Amino acid sequence: MKFLGVVIVCLTGGLLLYGTADFPDWGDPSSPASTHLSDYYIEKTIEDTQVPNIVTSVLADYRGFDTMFETAVIFTAGLACFLLLRDFRGKKERFYRHKPTGVILHIKDGKKTLAVGKEFEHMDKDWVPSDLIIKTVCRILIPFIQIYAMYVVAHGDFSPGGGFQGGVIFGSSLILLAISYDLKTLVKRIKEKVLGIFAALGVLIYVGIAAICMPMGGNFLDYSKLAPLVPGDPHHVRALGMLGVEIGVGFAVMAVMAIIYINIVSEGRHDEGL
Amino acid sequence: MTDLLPLIVAKYNYWLYVILMMIGLYAMIAKNNLIKKVVGMNIFQTAIILFYVSIGYKKDATIPIIQNAHGGHDAHAAVIHAIDYINPLPHVLMLTAIVVSVATFGVAMALAVRIYQRYQTLEEDELRMRLSE
Repeated sequence: MKFLGVVIVCLTGGLLLYGTADFPDWGDPSSPASTHLSDYYIEKTIEDTQVPNIVTSVLADYRGFDTMFETAVIFTAGLACFLLLRDFRGKKERFYRHKPTGVILHIKDGKKTLAVGKEFEHMDKDWVPSDLIIKTVCRILIPFIQIYAMYVVAHGDFSPGGGFQGGVIFGSSLILLAISYDLKTLVKRIKEKVLGIFAALGVLIYVGIAAICMPMGGNFLDYSKLAPLVPGDPHHVRALGMLGVEIGVGFAVMAVMAIIYINIVSEGRHDEGL
Repeated sequence: MTDLLPLIVAKYNYWLYVILMMIGLYAMIAKNNLIKKVVGMNIFQTAIILFYVSIGYKKDATIPIIQNAHGGHDAHAAVIHAIDYINPLPHVLMLTAIVVSVATFGVAMALAVRIYQRYQTLEEDELRMRLSE
């Protein structure tokens, strides 16, 4: 198998390298990819959409359908992870820690529970005391990461950024919380239901904004027809529509990142993990 | 050999993407562990992303964000030349491709976890043995 793999790889690589001889040079402004459609996007984006960031305007307006189904793909991936892994059966044995003394109780009967509160806390089998430095640094850092994520979403029309990037940054701040404390802390802060609702809400915002355009007399995703609904300059309505769908994308990506992480590290039980 | 070198230098982005893509393809074909196969798939996707983004590059051009778009000082609307900005289209396509690669990676990891829960192994030959039993 290894030998066959080397042969296939060498053959394919050789063919691809042979094919590159016909490709345009590195950085050639008159290459076929940069001549036809992209020129229109670059020259007309301000005129059409009033959005300086061409990547955002192409992503959310010219190619809005693509991004809409991309968001649906993300949602489906989160759903697939949930359906594959989620395990609602509780664990047979539980571990509790007596906070003042640090004594660990191991309860083998799954039906018996201890009141968790000031004295006792749930804990994992392979629990290690978290490092104070890591905890403190992450506690200080996480709010700033989240604010930065919101900035990236909100400023996506004017600077590099947008819903996907902001959503990933926000989701990684949630993952950082789970890594620096433990998984229970994250699940306690953000319930599984809330994450699911956020993921669905993101797709709903996108499709909703697109669908509202139809009763207003336009095509699906034709943001310019939203002008009567939004106050302010009607020329900016396309930019506002893009901002709306980017927020939806951000919600969906953020929630799905957290869903995938939580389900994979805890094998679907949402109790202990990395 | 002497005339091959300038050819490689002029198109070194394609050489890099082919090498990276072949590393990923080899990992997908020859590796025995399912996680290593998934990582190979990710390397393959990264090679494609590199290929697309390198296509979009233009010499002496800047990032695809229109400068002074709403600058009020210039009363005359500045003419936008397409040659001054790199091609935004590959960036858009790859932006979504990155997110899809994260999503497929997540689903692949979830499948790997399920396979491990059931068969206690991720090695392909052992899995095949278990399945044929």
